[in-house]
Amino acid sequence: MAKSILPILIRKELIQFRRNKFLPKLLVMMPIMSVLVMPLVTQMDVKNVSVALLDNDRSSLSMRIESHLANSDYFRLQTTAGSYDDAIQRLDQGEIDVIISVPEHFERNLRNGHPKPILLTANGVNATKGGQGMQYAVQTIVSAINEYSITYSEASYSPSGHPVGGTPSSNLITIQNRYNPTGNYRHFMLPALMVMLLLLVSCFLPLLNIITEKEHGTIEQINVTPVRRIEFILAKLIPYWVIGLVLLGFSMLLAWAVYGLTPAGNPALLFLASFLYSLCLSGFAVSIANVSSTMQQGIFVMFFFVMIFILMSGLFTPIESMPQWAQYITVAFPPRHVINVFRAVYLKGTLLPELRFEFIMLTLLAIGFNALATITYKKQN
Amino acid sequence: MTPFLSFVRKECTHIFRDVRTMMIVLLIPVLLMVLFGFAISTEISHIRVMTVVEQFTPDVRQQLTTLENNPYIDYQGVITEREVDAMLRSGKCAAVVMFARNGNRNIVVDASNSSISATASNYLLSILNSSPITYSEASYSPSGRPVGGTPSSKLISTYMRHNPQLKSAYNFVPGVMGLIFILICALMTCVSVVREKEMGTMEVLLVSPIRPIYIVLAKMMPYLVISLINLATILLLSHFVLDMPISSNLPTLLLLCVVYITLSLALGLFVSTMAQSQMVALLICAMVMMIPMIMFSGMLFPLENLPPVLKQITYIVPARWFIEAIRKVMVEGLSLVGIAKEFAILCGMTVVIFAASIKKFNDRLE
Amino acid sequence: MSPIISVRNLTKQFGSFTAVDHISFDVYEGEIFGFLGANGAGKTTAMRILCGLSYPTDGIGTVVGYDIRTEGELIKRHIGYMSQRFSLYEDLTIEENIQLYGGIYGMSKEDIAQRTHELLEKLQFLEHKDDMVGSLPLGWKQKLAFMVATVHRPKLIFLDEPTGGVDPITRRQFWDLIRATAQEGATIFVTTHYMDEAEYCDRITMMVDGQIRALDTPTTLRKHYAELLHQTYETMSMEQVFYHLAREAKRGD
Repeated sequence: MAKSILPILIRKELIQFRRNKFLPKLLVMMPIMSVLVMPLVTQMDVKNVSVALLDNDRSSLSMRIESHLANSDYFRLQTTAGSYDDAIQRLDQGEIDVIISVPEHFERNLRNGHPKPILLTANGVNATKGGQGMQYAVQTIVSAINEYSITYSEASYSPSGHPVGGTPSSNLITIQNRYNPTGNYRHFMLPALMVMLLLLVSCFLPLLNIITEKEHGTIEQINVTPVRRIEFILAKLIPYWVIGLVLLGFSMLLAWAVYGLTPAGNPALLFLASFLYSLCLSGFAVSIANVSSTMQQGIFVMFFFVMIFILMSGLFTPIESMPQWAQYITVAFPPRHVINVFRAVYLKGTLLPELRFEFIMLTLLAIGFNALATITYKKQN
Repeated sequence: MTPFLSFVRKECTHIFRDVRTMMIVLLIPVLLMVLFGFAISTEISHIRVMTVVEQFTPDVRQQLTTLENNPYIDYQGVITEREVDAMLRSGKCAAVVMFARNGNRNIVVDASNSSISATASNYLLSILNSSPITYSEASYSPSGRPVGGTPSSKLISTYMRHNPQLKSAYNFVPGVMGLIFILICALMTCVSVVREKEMGTMEVLLVSPIRPIYIVLAKMMPYLVISLINLATILLLSHFVLDMPISSNLPTLLLLCVVYITLSLALGLFVSTMAQSQMVALLICAMVMMIPMIMFSGMLFPLENLPPVLKQITYIVPARWFIEAIRKVMVEGLSLVGIAKEFAILCGMTVVIFAASIKKFNDRLE
Repeated sequence: MSPIISVRNLTKQFGSFTAVDHISFDVYEGEIFGFLGANGAGKTTAMRILCGLSYPTDGIGTVVGYDIRTEGELIKRHIGYMSQRFSLYEDLTIEENIQLYGGIYGMSKEDIAQRTHELLEKLQFLEHKDDMVGSLPLGWKQKLAFMVATVHRPKLIFLDEPTGGVDPITRRQFWDLIRATAQEGATIFVTTHYMDEAEYCDRITMMVDGQIRALDTPTTLRKHYAELLHQTYETMSMEQVFYHLAREAKRGD
């Protein structure tokens, strides 16, 4: 067997792919969806928190609080008439998210050193909105108070780092935001969403492809021939690797065209990381396909792991927020490393040596998963 | 045994014999609950901070100690000014605090990490500022970790209505339910029906004296049962592990879930009429149904921030109504009357989709 | 002349279930060897072991001179196989299926082209070479599957229930095809549960409950059981032979 069978098998895969009516269209739609629609949807920040201010003090301090609230991006200040009970009713109905109730003589009591607290009531039905709304409200109120009163803190500052006028201070604190000065959440999400796109292509499609052959019996016909295991597997995967890289390029172009987002660092790193990532995932997919006898089995096992990957890879929630044991587990997850690489290269221009850990892990995982794939593929059992 | 029941038995046998899939299907709710309840969170902690110190004064040392002792900060130590760029770029820390000789402090934040940078800088600010804000220790998340996000002080007293301890479980349990039911009912039913088509065994069934629609209903039965088991699992876990109150309105809750499950089954049937192979069926279910459901139902991402166009889309996503209704029932304790609007919409959708899919199914047979 | 297939005490167990129970036989070059038996008797399992799709639990054997346990991959270069389900790629054309397998067996491009033409002509498929296999009627798929099994002119061809589900005329035509291939020098190993097809074989075995209950030419078997059961040779059919042998069977029909 001097000639390799691989090109023949790949040719067959390409013919089948072309003939499939659904798949090519899907593959074009996916980057479009990921880049255009998903960033609009996938954000955890809450905006337009509807806040009602019940000002029983009407002092210069409470006016200052009101103006901070009105000027804030996060809040929509509702009309402040009415009693607390009225406001609670509106809160329960979902019209208002946070009620801020400033007690009578608040400013006076504050000056005297015996402050009566401002009461903040938030709607906890939607825990994210309620919790974050509450947080923003507190921060806004506190910064208004700080601005007003110089006797309560050593330094006067505003979150953007500018000293507040009229207060010379020797203990200035400034804040410098690097690498994403506009704090654009979409720029943060886009690289990660591209990674998710690759997940679908490199993971699900090969899985479905192989199981289909198993169910139709054509895999058995191949097993009776001299085709080597590695050739069969490679023929299945190489088209998807290529497609994955092409789709990545396409998404990057889209991201540039629609959001003006270009990688701050070297794009070649992105393609290298994606390639290793595809290797990992497709090896994983083949392993699962090898031990599944029906489509349903394969789908569900895959779904189980993909859920874990997506939720625990830092795509939506930071890895730093996880308990230590969970953080250790994520080291075995390819998406975590790729997302780090993507975000680092896209937003920070990070260099290869600084991403040593990620690339080493990706290489190890790629070897591991593909070894698993080859071992579990049995032509003879 | 009537023909219908014997079909149901065949379907159940198919499924329950596939032990591996069964186990996974029953474990997925547990997995999701564990993940959301214990592993992932949006709360900020383990913020990695490094410092650059021009001159070590007692004041500076005191501040370093404060940083070290802070439970949410993962203090990494002192570095030189030259290293700051590399550290931030490689992600080894999220922020660097630079202590200047004259007492000024500069917080350099890696703003590429949008999910934590704003909170991290604000938090560092308040620590370094020894401002009157302290973070209340009385708030704990279900996993026992302090909730880093509930600031309070002598000046402000906070009260979370309906959810005094700000349990995030209230947020994701409805989402998990919405996701699981669609997954099991729609996806599995769809793949199951299409599989028979693909394997050619559907024809055999169609030749039997039983009406085609009963064949399909028989296919749905086991998934209905599995979904109810999953519902029970989720409710039990929510109650005993995550401390969510569920007993306030159990009948309404169950009724709502049954309607939603039926709707999901109907969706599965509908999609199955459009696919000829299992692979395509799965991809349609995933792309056209599940992903929009996850994105536009409010189960994971707040809907308020969507642009108006996308907001319109959310109105036709069944999961959106379900999740809203479930939240009202579980967290606010409303009864059927309180969720009348959502319930009516869900029932309406169920009827429409069921009718459409039955018609399509019968049409396809010709 | 050494046999092209030779097995001794071949056994396959799945847990406590013995599918193939210590069978021994030889197959010689050029013969059409029939493996008869009811469904569930163990025929397909035995064949899969010989093809290198399955490991035997016990026993030894060689196929085309290679050991079935350790040299499975070498065996596969020299055999052809047609499965019960005529496993062809439904979304590929007739020509593409033939070309694929020609390439897999290492045939040169010219050889493949020539052989494709030859096979298509023999079966009168020439005008249909660009038809999708999925759209073909069952009888055509059957013939195509056989063509694919023989594209590389193997010395030994395994056919697993090749005539399942096709009409009697097509079955007869198919056996004509098999015989023509055997006359070109190939050895055919075929399993079937149609007893009348035994007549087409040079020698047959009958498997019952995983064991071989008879191994001889069809003629000899009929003669033997005709005598045994006091019938004339002419009235003794293979079905009756089988029925007699399989009366005590615990598995199958």
